[in-house]
Amino acid sequence: MGFYLIRRVLQSLIALIGITLVAFLLIQLVPGDPARAILGPRASLSAVAALRKTLGLDRSLPSQYWSFLTNALQLNFGFSTLQQSPVASLIWPRLGSTLLLTAYATAVSVVLAIPLAMLSALRRNRPLDHAIRLTTMVTFAMPAFWLGLLLILLLSVKLTVFPPSGYGVGFIGHLDSLTLPALTLGLGLAPLIVRTLRGSIVETLGSEFVEAARARGFSEARVLGRYVLRNSLVASVTVVGVNVGYILSIVVVIENVFALPGLGSLLVTSVQNRDFPVVQGIALVLGAIVIVVNLVTDLGYSLLDPRIRLSGHR
Amino acid sequence: MAIASPSAQPSSFVGLTAQSTYRIDRLRKRATAEHRFSTLAIWAGVFIVVIVPVVSLLGPVIGFGHPNQPNFNAILEAPSLAHPFGTDSTGRDVLARVFAATPLDYEVGLLTTIMAAIIGIFLGGIAGYFGGWLDAVIMRVVDVLIAFPFMIFVMAFVAVFGPGLTGIYVGLTTFGWAFFARVTRAEMLVIRERQYVLAAQTAGLRTSRILRVHALPNVLRPNFVIAMATVVWNILTLAALSYLGLGVQPPTAEWGSIVASGQIILITGQWWVSTLPGLVIVIVGVGFSLIGDGIADRFGYDFRLTV
Repeated sequence: MGFYLIRRVLQSLIALIGITLVAFLLIQLVPGDPARAILGPRASLSAVAALRKTLGLDRSLPSQYWSFLTNALQLNFGFSTLQQSPVASLIWPRLGSTLLLTAYATAVSVVLAIPLAMLSALRRNRPLDHAIRLTTMVTFAMPAFWLGLLLILLLSVKLTVFPPSGYGVGFIGHLDSLTLPALTLGLGLAPLIVRTLRGSIVETLGSEFVEAARARGFSEARVLGRYVLRNSLVASVTVVGVNVGYILSIVVVIENVFALPGLGSLLVTSVQNRDFPVVQGIALVLGAIVIVVNLVTDLGYSLLDPRIRLSGHR
Repeated sequence: MAIASPSAQPSSFVGLTAQSTYRIDRLRKRATAEHRFSTLAIWAGVFIVVIVPVVSLLGPVIGFGHPNQPNFNAILEAPSLAHPFGTDSTGRDVLARVFAATPLDYEVGLLTTIMAAIIGIFLGGIAGYFGGWLDAVIMRVVDVLIAFPFMIFVMAFVAVFGPGLTGIYVGLTTFGWAFFARVTRAEMLVIRERQYVLAAQTAGLRTSRILRVHALPNVLRPNFVIAMATVVWNILTLAALSYLGLGVQPPTAEWGSIVASGQIILITGQWWVSTLPGLVIVIVGVGFSLIGDGIADRFGYDFRLTV
């Protein structure tokens, strides 16, 4: 376990450094002068020179990266000249809403996916299985923002069950306003989980311990509930862990559909205005979250399943 | 009879019970049915993927009006025979705009996938064939890229190059090759031990030739499955970015931006501008997915739709 833990943590550190490198190099890729790109063609030469100094663009690349890295480690992501505010103070108040939505959506998708995957696996290659697979194929091909608009049309405009946009007041208000976005995301993510889970359940159904449980005469409900479902829960945790980057990608878009005050809307306005420090800051924070979640899922999974940590010795 | 004699074998075949022949029969029937099903899926997918651009190119001939020409006498008309998808808030025919957008969405979806596939197959191929530190470095990069919230980084590229297609092309290619590399490497690890590769090595062929002539054709099929999922995903990403105003700029028609243009009037009851164009994205996406899944099913790959 110790060896596996060290290796896995080291991998995560390398990935973190990779993300800081990508985020740092972004601004270097800007065609021409990044400071000029931010301020626009009508800005005075002195203003451009001043911004170059603020962004540190007048120093050498290694020295720029070093200060970028040390600042990022202290959660200092620089200063947004456009919003006249430190980037960190723009990010932190919005992070909560984004994370709450992500967690809510993940829960919804798992609740939707497990029964579907179970049915699909039990009725393998039968009409029901084909129907579920076709449905997941269709929902996979649906643009998430479009699905969100359909749900607004159906549940907010026609049936007025949920508010079409906004974040509500208080925790209950937040949850109420987040239900529709979470449902959108959950429907979009469920196909991914159903696909992986179906395979895993099919495998579990054919395994010896399930056969042994059946041979002992346990009822089918008990076999499925205690043996198959428990295994598939672990598998779905892994699917979610692996795909957290994908989930955050859709969250960023969906926040804009429902006008939620999260990182997604901040990111879109910052990209439109080419506010690079904010874009870099958001990329770093979300990238780091993905890496930490991946690490925690892997370590958690290895605690539950000894085969994983033993393979680390090879 | 301690050791099974050759003559003992036929007798065990003769010993097949009626029940077991029935079982084999059923298995064979099921296998044929599955084979038919995957063939049907592939051809249905090909039909969808081909028919949409064909109809789109014929669209102007049928004539629903100019995609970008406002017509203030026909503002926000509900779907009818003259305007099957209705008209938008400046009286433009929505279906004509959807048709006009098809070549653009196909181009971005296919080109970014092809570029990513070339890079991914090349890097994954050399990682799997040579192994060692090269493999370790490439696969670390692949792991990082696959774990990334890639939409955020594609958006970052849009920030770098300004709103428009350049950032999307660069972003989707930069983050798309990792899946191809992972699959190619896994296939290559098996292929490099195969006898035909060993024979080619013994015959003293150049490594570049072994990779090109002997290994490459054998890694293409699983990559094709990944490519189908990538096309869907890249079209969805382009649509999402255009929806957010970061992709194609107006008045150029793009499926996602047409959906976005109808969002404000969705609440007031003019539902068609946003909903109907989205349907076309779904249909095209299902088309590519059917091809990919059909091939995956046919050859027993376990990674369809692995995004």
